[in-house]
Amino acid sequence: MSAILIVDDSASIRQTVKISLSGLGHVVTEAKDGSEGLSKAKTARFDLVITDLNMPVMDGLSMIKAMRTLPTYAGVPIVFLTTESDAGIKSQAKSAGATGWITKPFDAEQLCRIATKVLAK
Amino acid sequence: MSQSDPADVFRVEAQELLDQIEQSLLDLENRPGDADLVAQVFRAMHTLKGSGAMFGFEALAAFAHTCESAFDRVRKGEVRATPELVSAVLGTLDHLRALVQGEEDGTGTALLAAVDAAMTGAGGVGCAKSSSEARWTIRFRLSRDSLVNGTRPLPLLDELRELGICEVTALTDEIPPLDSVNPTECYLGWEINLLTSQPKSAIEEVFLFVSDEAALTIEPHSEKIENEKTEKATTATPAEKATETKSGPSGAIRVPAERLDELMNRVGELVIAQSRLKQISATLSDANLHSVAEEIERLASELRDSMMSVRMVPISQLFGRFRRLVHDLARETGKTIDFETSGETTELDKTVIERLADPLIHLIRNAADHGLETPEVRRASGKNETGRVMLSARQAGAEVIISVSDDGRGIDLSRVRAKAEKNGLITAGATLSDSETLQLIFQPGFSTTEQVTNLSGRGVGMDVVKRTIEGLRGTVDISSKPGQGSEVDLRIPLTLAIIDGLLVRVGQGRFVIPLSSVEECVELTTEQDLRSKGRSFLTLRDQLVPFIRLRELFASRSGPDQYQKIVVVSTGTDRVGLVVDQILGDHQTVIKPLSRFHAGIETFSGATILGDGGVALILDIPHLVAAGQQEEERLRAAI
Repeated sequence: MSAILIVDDSASIRQTVKISLSGLGHVVTEAKDGSEGLSKAKTARFDLVITDLNMPVMDGLSMIKAMRTLPTYAGVPIVFLTTESDAGIKSQAKSAGATGWITKPFDAEQLCRIATKVLAK
Repeated sequence: MSQSDPADVFRVEAQELLDQIEQSLLDLENRPGDADLVAQVFRAMHTLKGSGAMFGFEALAAFAHTCESAFDRVRKGEVRATPELVSAVLGTLDHLRALVQGEEDGTGTALLAAVDAAMTGAGGVGCAKSSSEARWTIRFRLSRDSLVNGTRPLPLLDELRELGICEVTALTDEIPPLDSVNPTECYLGWEINLLTSQPKSAIEEVFLFVSDEAALTIEPHSEKIENEKTEKATTATPAEKATETKSGPSGAIRVPAERLDELMNRVGELVIAQSRLKQISATLSDANLHSVAEEIERLASELRDSMMSVRMVPISQLFGRFRRLVHDLARETGKTIDFETSGETTELDKTVIERLADPLIHLIRNAADHGLETPEVRRASGKNETGRVMLSARQAGAEVIISVSDDGRGIDLSRVRAKAEKNGLITAGATLSDSETLQLIFQPGFSTTEQVTNLSGRGVGMDVVKRTIEGLRGTVDISSKPGQGSEVDLRIPLTLAIIDGLLVRVGQGRFVIPLSSVEECVELTTEQDLRSKGRSFLTLRDQLVPFIRLRELFASRSGPDQYQKIVVVSTGTDRVGLVVDQILGDHQTVIKPLSRFHAGIETFSGATILGDGGVALILDIPHLVAAGQQEEERLRAAI
C-alpha cells in the first residue's frame, strides 16, 4: 500500500486515477494544480506523484523541478500525464526530474501497471 | 612442489561435478518438480562443457553439451523430469566419467538416443527441434541523476527476470574513486544475458521510461560475444587458471592425496626423531637441551594433530556414492527401497574412507539383495512394501562406528548352520550359540545364497569385508532378528598412521597398547596373583574381568617383576586385563606395518620404532580381547 498524489486540474481525471489506484489498495490524495500539489508534497510524504503538465497557477514542469529540490523527494517516482501530441515534452519533463509518463488517453489497467512498475521495491 | 597439470585439476573437478549431477539427479527422482535441482544439473553440465572444451576434452564437451541442452529443456518446463529421463541421464554419467578418464567405449550414441527417447516420452519432442526462445544481450546504463528522479534499477532487473532466464553482470568501470563518489548518483551499468520466449517488444517495455536517457542496447545474443569471452578467459596463464579452479570460495586448497601421505610419513619420522631426542636429553643434565627437547616434543605433537585433521574428510563423500548404488539395486531387483543415511558429517582419515568403500558396497548390496524381501512378501508379512536400508556413521571416542542395517527378513540361522555343515566348516550337531553361528558368515567362501546373482557373489564375501576392516584395525559386529532385519556394525579407528600408545614392558620386550582402548591400569597384588592361579580372573569393582598374562603368551623366560600391573583394555563391550611387568608411559606411536611374512601373526597389528632405535610391537587389542573372552567362556563352561 502506497501513498499517491495525483495533481491534475481535471476532476474527472483525478477521479479516474483515484478509483483505479484505490482498487490496488493505495491511498490517493488529490491536488488541483502544481502549487497545491507542491504544498501537499511538503506536508506529507508520498511514494508516487502523478501529475498533469498543463495546469493553472503552476504547471507540471515547474512543480516537478520544485519537488526535486526537496530533499525528501529525491528518489520518489514522479510520473507525468501526457498526450501523444506533446512531441518533445517527454524529454523536457524527464530533464526536469520526472521518472516516466503515462500517455493520455489511458485506461485503468495501463495506469495500474505503470504505478506498480515504478512503485516496485 | 611441482606445478599441477591443469588437465589433472580439471579431471578432479569434473569428477566432483559429475558426483554433484548424480546427487541432484537422484534427489530429482524424489522431487521431480524441484526447479533448483534441475538448475543445478544444468549448471554443472554447463560448467563441465565449458571447462572440458578449454582443457581439450572435446568428446566430453560435445557430449556434455547434448546433455546440457536436454536438461535445458527440462529447466524451461518443456519436458518433465520423469524417472525414465532421470535414469537415462544417470546412464550417461558413467559414460561421461569414462570420457573424463580419456576412455571412449562407443556407447555414447546409444545413451543419447535413450535420453532423447525418455524426453519424448516425457512430453518433449526430441532434441533436434529448437524452441522459439531467443537469447538477447541487453546493456544499459542509467543517467547519473536517474536515482534521484525515481528510477530504480533493481525493479527493472526483476522485470527482466520475469521474462526469462537472466545472467546479470554489473558494469562497474565508471565507478569513480571512493572520495569522489556521490551516493545519489548512479554509476553502474548492467549487461544482461537473457533467454526468453517473449518478443523483443516485451524487453523494450521493461525499459519504457529509461529508453531515451539510458544508453540501452538490446541485441540478439551472438556467438561472437561468447567467443570473445572464451578467448579472454583462455588468455589467462595455466597457473592462474589452476589457482582459480583450486581455490574455492571457502579458500580451500585441493592437494593430491599422495602428497599428504608423504607429509604424514615425514611427520612420523619427525615424531620418532623427537622421541630419540627426548631420550638423549633425559640422560644428560643439560637444562637448555631439556627445554629444547620439550619444545620440540610439543611442536611435534601439535604438528601431528594438525596433520591428522588435514587428512580427515567427512564420510558424506563416501555415502553419496551409495545412493546411486541403491537406486540401481532397486531397479535391478524390482524392490522399492528407501535409503536413509545419517552422520554424514562424521570425519575419518581419507585413506580409511577409501578402503571402506568396497566393504560398504558389499554390505549394502547384501542388505538390499539378500536382506530385503520382495514387495509381495513384505506385504504378505504385514510390512511396509518399501524396504529400508540405513547407513549411519557416528564417532565414539577414537573410533567411528559405521552401521548398515535393513528391515528385511534377517539372517536365517538354520540356513547358515546347514550351509556351514555342508561346507565342512562345523561338524553336524555341534553346539553353537546364535552369535557363534552368525560368526560363520565371516568364514572364507561362505555365502547363504545358492544362486550367485548379478548383484552379489562377485567374489567379495563377508570374509573379505572382515579382512578389510581388520586391516584397518577395526572390528565387525553383526546382529540379526528374524523377520525384523539385520545390522552390521563396523568400528574403525579414526586414523591409521599415528596413534597414542601406552608403552609397556613384558620381560625384556617392549610393547605398545593403543591408548584409545586402555580403560585403566591397576596393580596385580601378589595375593590376587596367587589366588587367581589357574583361573585368570580379576574382580574389578564387583565385575569379573578375565586377564591374560602376556609373559605366558610371549613365553618370557626371565622371572616376573614383583609388582606386576594389569592394563585393562576394552573393545566397547568386552574387557580384558593384560598383565605386564612395567608401564613405561605414553608414547606417540608411528605405526609401521609388519612384513608380509609376519602378517599372519594375529597378536600384533604392527610395529613402531622407539626413541632409542629399538622396535616395539603394537598389540592387536580386538584379537586379544576376543581371545580373553573365549578363555572366559571356556572356563565358565568348565565350572
